[in-house]
Amino acid sequence: MTDHAGHDDGHGHHEELGFWRKYVFSVDHKVIGIQYAITGLLFLFFGFCLMMLMRWQLAFPGSPLPVIGGLLSRGMPGGIMLPEFYNELGAMHGTIMVFLGVVPLAVGGFGNFVLPLQIGAPDMAFPRLNMASYWSFFLGGAVMFASFFLPQGAAQSGWTSYPPLSNIAPSGQTAWLIGMIFLITSSLLGSVNFIVTTIQLRVKGLSFFRLPFFVWSQFVTAFLLLLAFPPLEAAGVMQLMDRLAGTSFFMPDGLVVSGNALEVSGGGSPILWQHLFWFLAHPEVYVLILPALGIVAEIVANNTRKPLWGYKSMVYAVVALGFLSFIVWAHHMFLTGMGTIMSAFFQTTTMIISIPSVIILTALILSLWGGSIRFNTPMLFALAFLPMFGIGGLTGLPLGLTAADIHLHDTYYVIGHFHYVVAPGTIFALFAGVYYWYPKATGRRMSEVLGKLHFWPSFFFMNGIFFPMLIQGMAGMSRRMYDGGMTYAHNESVLWLNKVISFSAWGLALAQIPFVLNFFLSLRKPKEAGANPWLATTIEWAAPSPPGHGNFAEVPVAYRGPYEYSVPGDAEDYTPQFDPASARTS
Amino acid sequence: MASAHSIDDVIPYTVAPREDTGLNNVKLGIWLFLASEVMLFGALFAGYLLLRVGATDWPEGRTYLSVPWAFTNTLVLISSSVTMVMAWASLIRKDLGKYRLWMGLTVLGGFGFLIIKYIEYSSKFHHGYFPETNTFLAIYFTLTALHGLHVISGMAVNGYLLGPGTKMWQTEPQRFTNRVEAAGLFWHFVDLVWIFLFPILYLL
Repeated sequence: MTDHAGHDDGHGHHEELGFWRKYVFSVDHKVIGIQYAITGLLFLFFGFCLMMLMRWQLAFPGSPLPVIGGLLSRGMPGGIMLPEFYNELGAMHGTIMVFLGVVPLAVGGFGNFVLPLQIGAPDMAFPRLNMASYWSFFLGGAVMFASFFLPQGAAQSGWTSYPPLSNIAPSGQTAWLIGMIFLITSSLLGSVNFIVTTIQLRVKGLSFFRLPFFVWSQFVTAFLLLLAFPPLEAAGVMQLMDRLAGTSFFMPDGLVVSGNALEVSGGGSPILWQHLFWFLAHPEVYVLILPALGIVAEIVANNTRKPLWGYKSMVYAVVALGFLSFIVWAHHMFLTGMGTIMSAFFQTTTMIISIPSVIILTALILSLWGGSIRFNTPMLFALAFLPMFGIGGLTGLPLGLTAADIHLHDTYYVIGHFHYVVAPGTIFALFAGVYYWYPKATGRRMSEVLGKLHFWPSFFFMNGIFFPMLIQGMAGMSRRMYDGGMTYAHNESVLWLNKVISFSAWGLALAQIPFVLNFFLSLRKPKEAGANPWLATTIEWAAPSPPGHGNFAEVPVAYRGPYEYSVPGDAEDYTPQFDPASARTS
Repeated sequence: MASAHSIDDVIPYTVAPREDTGLNNVKLGIWLFLASEVMLFGALFAGYLLLRVGATDWPEGRTYLSVPWAFTNTLVLISSSVTMVMAWASLIRKDLGKYRLWMGLTVLGGFGFLIIKYIEYSSKFHHGYFPETNTFLAIYFTLTALHGLHVISGMAVNGYLLGPGTKMWQTEPQRFTNRVEAAGLFWHFVDLVWIFLFPILYLL
């Protein structure tokens, strides 16, 4: 990126960095953010491909897959999928979507690129740690990807890696654990950086209650990553010991595998793994959703041309979510026999945590009231997010109630529920963010026509995939059926939905073509977006597009809150935070 | 960074504290890092607790482990924490010579700890006690090995600050002092973890 644009802040001329230091081993938060975002998008696509293969097997169990099936000779001899390969695809789909797709894009990508700009900082507090964080993530991703080429393939014990199954699984599981340790290291480095940056590098005048909601969401997310991931690391170390050093942390007494008693000392507890895993993985759910809420809040305020309704309540709610997310984890474990007192406790906290989520969603919906809404592509995705996240959240309540969970646990209902949160929920918000900040990152706008061609089919197919899953789950269909559930009589009435879901999934893939075209073709347009193409109020729009080294031509000052839209008496319908012109207090 | 204008020049509060928070970036960063370390070891201690409560019989630490060696190691590690503080204090008094002495002793303390740990480990292996022998030894080896890795990392950082890292003292003395302080906080944490490990594994 060129760095003239009035960047002469007394340092004089900056030495030009070479290609490797500028684009590959860069310490600039914007380059690292883009690296994260692109790697994350690629992994999202890869994880989606794994799922599309699974959907073939579910729609047409045992039929050979034309063309592509012939290329995957290990997992699909003669084009027919092996059960072990189906399990690999399932385990790695979850792992990749969560740890290598959504989180890197939402936190590593948007967090890195947008957060320092929104608080007026020249960079992250620790630029070299930031680079180390990306490369640690990259290594983790490479290990996960490479594990498919092991003789017996990748991990196949689910993304939750429950022992004892995972303890006796082939070597792909070891690769999974090693990959996770790299990813955990990466998120540790990243989260320390985000928290320090937010606390220390806010510009003058930017008090905590003037922070954009996006910054708050990233700030809380960083605490979740910082404190929830280490227990999984501990669990990962213990599982590695079980697999490599022959310990029995998760191996109970008297385990018999294929008719032979296992030669282990025993005395371990499989439930211990579940506790440690979900102690991470429930906060992780909020790691997936909070940055999305942050992105949607920015876009809703900008395109309704109104202040966010209840900004302070939203901030309190997001902090409350952060705390509560640490004490709900065992609602994933109601059926482990952990006892009714434990279940009652976690059922109660689960019901309580829905309150702050509902506060945020309600505030966002009320923000629309009376606004003169601009229906551009980012806004369409942000608007679609609201009901999709609503469905995802509300379908979660029956799962949080111990009695209803007995029926719904481990059915397709669960899959439908959490995918409504993360797929048409979070991923839509991430697309919204890409369309919204693309002009800041490149200086160019994306095409609105292609954007709408991306949005409407995606919206249609997303629901075509996930709504039928809720119906299948209510009918009692198990989520782990390699043959799509055809061997069970009670599934008979809902089996036809498997084809609906599969064709919707493949349709969704086609619906991404306009996005890919838009993403690359827009790069060839002239750089005419200008610093503030959306007429927005937050500080990132004070920087040139794209921002140069050090971000701002002159250090900005925050004069007011983040969402001063349509202030009565002002000539324009937006009054930027960084604009001293009508410098009123608050 | 070979560039004359390294990225550090543009980032505020790398050395001096920010007025309203009273912290520089490094100090806040290291405390956050330690918070995550607390969660890491906390999870392992919780695992220990759960496994022990669920076990039908659990050996006393003494039957496998040597309390005198561990006690000696506790003293070694606590002393090295004291010398670490002295090293930092010497920098505040602008005495680089004393700093080198105390920091050298700190690194030496780390070596002493590892040597004793090596003696302990090899005596276990000699008696045929391995991680797979039983769950008590499994948690013993896992916790102490992870702690040992932390000791090694701390020594690597301290060794760097004693050797090539000292160059910074000539150009940016305050920043160097902050680094030593942060390394010290980590070292004290490693010490603290051992102070929990010793009674839990050897005495209880």
